[in-house]
Amino acid sequence: MSNEVKTEENPAASEKEWQPKIIAFVCNWCTYAGADLAGTSRIVYEPHVRIIKLPCSGRIDVSFIVKAFEQGADGVIVSGCHPGDCHYTSGNYHARRRFAGFRDLLEFCGFEMRRVIFSWVSAAEGKKWADLVNEAVAKIRELGPFKEYQKLLAEDIRAKEETSSDRITG
Amino acid sequence: MSRIGVFICHCGENIARTVDVAKVAEETAKLPGVVVSVDYKYMCSDPGQNMIKEAIKEHKLDGVVVAACSPQMHEPTFRAAVAEVGMNPYLCEMANIREHCSWVHHDREQATEKAIDLVRVMVEKVKRNHELLPIVVPVTKRALVIGGGIAGIQAALDIASGGHEVVLVERQPSIGGNMARLSETFPTLDCSQCILTPRMVEVDRDPRITLYTYAEVEEVGGFVGNFKVKIRQKAKSVIADLCTGCGDCWNKCPQKRIPSEFEAGLGYRTAIYVPFPQAVPNTPVIDRERCLKFLKDKCGVCEKVCTLNAIDYTMEDEIIEVEVGAIVVATGYDLFSVGKDQPNEKLKGYGEYNYDAYPDVINGMQFERLLSASGPTQGEIRRPSDGKEPKSVVFISCVGSRDPEKGLEYCSKICCMYIAKHAMLYKHKVPDGQPYVFYIDIRAGGKNYEEFVRRAIEEDGVLYIRGRVSRIYKDGEQLVVVGADTLSDSQVQIRADMVVLATGIVPNRDAYELAQKIGIACGSEGFYSEAHPKLRPVETTTAGIYLAGACQAPKDIPDAVAQASAAASKVQLLFSSDELEREPIIASVNEATCVHCRNCIRVCPYSAITDKEIKDKDGNLIKMVAEVNRGLCMGCGVCVAACPSKSIQLAGFNDEQVFAEITALGSG
Repeated sequence: MSNEVKTEENPAASEKEWQPKIIAFVCNWCTYAGADLAGTSRIVYEPHVRIIKLPCSGRIDVSFIVKAFEQGADGVIVSGCHPGDCHYTSGNYHARRRFAGFRDLLEFCGFEMRRVIFSWVSAAEGKKWADLVNEAVAKIRELGPFKEYQKLLAEDIRAKEETSSDRITG
Repeated sequence: MSRIGVFICHCGENIARTVDVAKVAEETAKLPGVVVSVDYKYMCSDPGQNMIKEAIKEHKLDGVVVAACSPQMHEPTFRAAVAEVGMNPYLCEMANIREHCSWVHHDREQATEKAIDLVRVMVEKVKRNHELLPIVVPVTKRALVIGGGIAGIQAALDIASGGHEVVLVERQPSIGGNMARLSETFPTLDCSQCILTPRMVEVDRDPRITLYTYAEVEEVGGFVGNFKVKIRQKAKSVIADLCTGCGDCWNKCPQKRIPSEFEAGLGYRTAIYVPFPQAVPNTPVIDRERCLKFLKDKCGVCEKVCTLNAIDYTMEDEIIEVEVGAIVVATGYDLFSVGKDQPNEKLKGYGEYNYDAYPDVINGMQFERLLSASGPTQGEIRRPSDGKEPKSVVFISCVGSRDPEKGLEYCSKICCMYIAKHAMLYKHKVPDGQPYVFYIDIRAGGKNYEEFVRRAIEEDGVLYIRGRVSRIYKDGEQLVVVGADTLSDSQVQIRADMVVLATGIVPNRDAYELAQKIGIACGSEGFYSEAHPKLRPVETTTAGIYLAGACQAPKDIPDAVAQASAAASKVQLLFSSDELEREPIIASVNEATCVHCRNCIRVCPYSAITDKEIKDKDGNLIKMVAEVNRGLCMGCGVCVAACPSKSIQLAGFNDEQVFAEITALGSG
């Protein structure tokens, strides 16, 4: 859908130094407001993060993280209200438990969990948000671009081709 | 094909300084589905809003993205604007390119690139937005006020005067709060009790106000207009309906040496007590941790002397449930502790100020009680150590305040004024005494405040020394205060008979716990956060919950009263209609694909999802599914992430929308 724009930019982009691409899934009440506070406090931080707002960290589906990597993200931030502070009383506990449960599975599937950064940021923690972004960017810079997904995809395509050719011969 | 309009705000220079808004407009105009993309100096201004409205009509737009400040700031503004020309407000979204972009990045190129991305995300989302209609819910026209200090009292009286019922909950046995403990108030020097107690009596008399003292809020559920509150009425051990407050019980109670909280530890109370003589209600309570009947099953004197049989040792805590439409939180402040209960080990006693070690080093509230005509010394200034009249008193400002190394980062606001008042009142009571004030600077911003401080210095001869105190030590019966005078650049030593520390103020010690119970936010210092520091100072981000008084920030009495009246007027505004509209961001079930696994029912924090039977026309059960109660759903979306068959979706945040947002950031 945005291919036109991207292809125009791509030649120039490839000449430029690689910059990490991080997608942040944040809740509306704490982390989004914390990021707003970083803004009103004019705390300067790394520009490589794009926020996607959800009502609650409990709304964050594990498939969002997978989708983010599929779309070329090098890192993902997941952030919501501190334990006990959830605007919806317990959504963040659901989020915490969900990611604890899926962590190993994602790792097993080839998603480096080092690239997924979890942190609680309250509406009062503008500085913490800025620090979190800076740390995430530094970490992802160190790890380099996430290419594994494309490799996985290539393997998957090859496997499919093999099975389909098997069928033809069979 | 969608017809989206993108409107990019310069916010004066705020966005345009770091983001190339013209480039954002140019690039986003190329996005599929975008038919118009323009930038303007102030989108939120009247011409800016008109520009959006005209574009909707001219280009027949079916979606609008405003790239400007945080949606917390102006989403309602722009949604209202698009609604004026007939567009459903939920087809308007905001891309936050100010707080999340221009204000936090310096690199113009990268900030512009990010702004384009943020707009692209919202364009892809808004393409998938649906028209939503607000949910109409009834309003319970009864308010809960938490905290019976001056702010809570003012809010309760104002709401009641508007003709609505109020439930006022106070933790202490009496309402009155900290103001009831003050001697006289700056800058008018009128007696605190004289202006407060009539208001306390009004609260007691008003038939629309239900007062629960010695009670705490246990649980708050529900939402704006429809809160369900559980209040724990702690056992007073005295039957209020029978008691007349005659005082026989507390006069006869043998436990006479319990340090009184009301007197800041300078006076004593009994185990059965009212905190102060003008208490409202005038019903005593038994402190079960100090009463011999409860500790050792002995005594029972109060029961014997009570001719009205009002004493009931078997009384138990009671849970009272009330339904309210609005909540005013007015839990006030505590003093910054420099004593044994200071959690930070380094600040116990406040280092070389030797609070607690020297009885004649006291805090501001203790001095307040010494000044009070109803205090432990009946208003005579006496040293706690030997009861002598101090002839030289040193007041030290900013104890705990304005120095994160030594306590708090912020200014406690009221101390400069109360210290001037203390020094002045001391001088009035001990004309041959000399008050000294050590200060960092004098913050006397307020009507007649600066004049008041000048009066203390010029008319009452209070000696102000600009500098901080490094040490207080004992020399004989006196205290030697060692400090700096930064105006004459010299060290000073003052021999004092008494030292008063103007300790800063902190949120009520249980403020955080209460915030968690009722679902509001605390700032980094623990004070409750208002929805907007300038434009919504008495609201919280939770609809229907308002703030009054020092629970929001350090405040003096006029400010606390003003804020309480403001909160009360917000409550009356809410109560002015029988129904209110609620955001339609709620979940709904696709009954065709729901397999009734009940995951959503288990995870829903509001018990808003229930089982539903689907029957054929003969009444035979076809299948079971989940069903969302539209009134109860708060729209957190926990159920959506928990649904294995993706049969439950949250309006405004459905999977299709979120995936489109992620894909918009993709490299294609």
